[in-house]
Amino acid sequence: MTIPLEIIDLSKTYDTKEAVRNISFKVNENQIIGILGPNGCGKTTTIGMILGLLKPTKGKILINGIEIEKQRVELLNELNFISPYIELPKKLTVKQNLEVYGRLYDVKELGIKIDYLCEKLRLNEFINKITGELSSGQKNRVSLAKSIINDPSVLLLDEPTASLDPETGDFVRSFLEEYQKERKTSILLASHNMAEVERLCSSVLMMNKGSIIDQGTPCELIKKHGRRNMEEVFLKLTRDLI
Amino acid sequence: MYGLFLRHFYLIKSSLPRVLDLIYWPTIQIILWGFISKFFSIYSDYYNNTLGIILTCAILYDILFRSSISFNMLFLEEIWSRNFTNLFIAPLKLKEIIISLIFTALIRTLIGLVPAIILTSPLFGVSILKLGFPLFILFLSLYIFGITLGLFVSSGLMRYGPSFENIAWSSLFLLAPLGCIYYPIEILPEFFQVIAKGLPLVYIFDETRNILINGLVDYENIKQACLLNLVYLIFGIGLFYLSFLRARIKGTLINMGE
Repeated sequence: MTIPLEIIDLSKTYDTKEAVRNISFKVNENQIIGILGPNGCGKTTTIGMILGLLKPTKGKILINGIEIEKQRVELLNELNFISPYIELPKKLTVKQNLEVYGRLYDVKELGIKIDYLCEKLRLNEFINKITGELSSGQKNRVSLAKSIINDPSVLLLDEPTASLDPETGDFVRSFLEEYQKERKTSILLASHNMAEVERLCSSVLMMNKGSIIDQGTPCELIKKHGRRNMEEVFLKLTRDLI
Repeated sequence: MYGLFLRHFYLIKSSLPRVLDLIYWPTIQIILWGFISKFFSIYSDYYNNTLGIILTCAILYDILFRSSISFNMLFLEEIWSRNFTNLFIAPLKLKEIIISLIFTALIRTLIGLVPAIILTSPLFGVSILKLGFPLFILFLSLYIFGITLGLFVSSGLMRYGPSFENIAWSSLFLLAPLGCIYYPIEILPEFFQVIAKGLPLVYIFDETRNILINGLVDYENIKQACLLNLVYLIFGIGLFYLSFLRARIKGTLINMGE
């Protein structure tokens, strides 16, 4: 069986700065892997390389067994991404945005797909509103709809619940759990929310200064480092290395 | 008050592009109108139909201006709306991005220009349609060159990020004096003539004046313009691809709009 996402000995160097250093990991089908680490540890660079926005200096990224550098555009059909740092066109309505991205990803039976997303993500109440006029929580749900419009086999989430109120954050997490079980999607989740990582991820990669410094299930890491939760593990690992 | 002055002073002092931007517009304006004035003072009897020729040339120049700005705007809007990353992670080939921008820019250009073209007839008694069939070729040449300039600027935006934005706005005005829109190439100093001959604009506007004044079509001018357009277009497309590759190496795509 092919592995949806496999990273082999991946490095990225900007001029003289090594942003990511020889990292390797896999995300299997129906698995959520978390990437944790302080700001600037290489999480976004790693995601950027997986999405083909960055060219790796060394190493390989395999999507369903095929190297992304060899078939970048074709493999982008298998991926999608959500981040609070990127937005959908603000002047279009929610429906227009979903139609645009549905067409960009060549989604079959787009109308049915949009109806499904509207129902699952509770978009119906503002489907014809201008995206720029929505609240953060509503925008987040629209971005989430865009990120799964093509039923990606690998979904990359960069702080998907940042700046959301607790209720919306919980809704998004519940949706992701349900969606992942239903579609058996492989998810790579970069987050600073340790409770979220403990709840969603079956395995966690701890990064610092471009390298993976530890990995395991949240329970294993908590036990191994003698701490009560992932937040304490995070603080221990990052402070130890300062 | 002094603090606010210092805030802007530090900003200007630390950025050479900002200083150049401040100098740029007045200089270009002075040069452009200087050449126009010189032309009229030397050859005041050159035109029988000065208004018609100047307006026709102004409209044609606007085709270039609108097509290039439209192309740049489409790219800039993705940056301003922070949608750039979404676009570049969609399964789109670069050639598909270029083609869709070219067609969208054409629509934007026509929306901006058609009303202006229609208005010149009742307001000034000037109709660009007097150029006849060559108008189509001149339009196409200007449109292609506008798109090519758009490709150059978009390449810069992709490679250097939003800081390249000012150049996006000013690139066309740099070509205005050298493009010989309102006067023949002979008005330019010799050194500038050498540069101007490398631009399709000189041949396009020379031919426009030739048609309007003499009622004849010199296909040599049109051929020269098309040939130069083709060279620049191929170079522009190559540069776009190269900039995308460099942006992937340098990491500009991932931080765009942040």
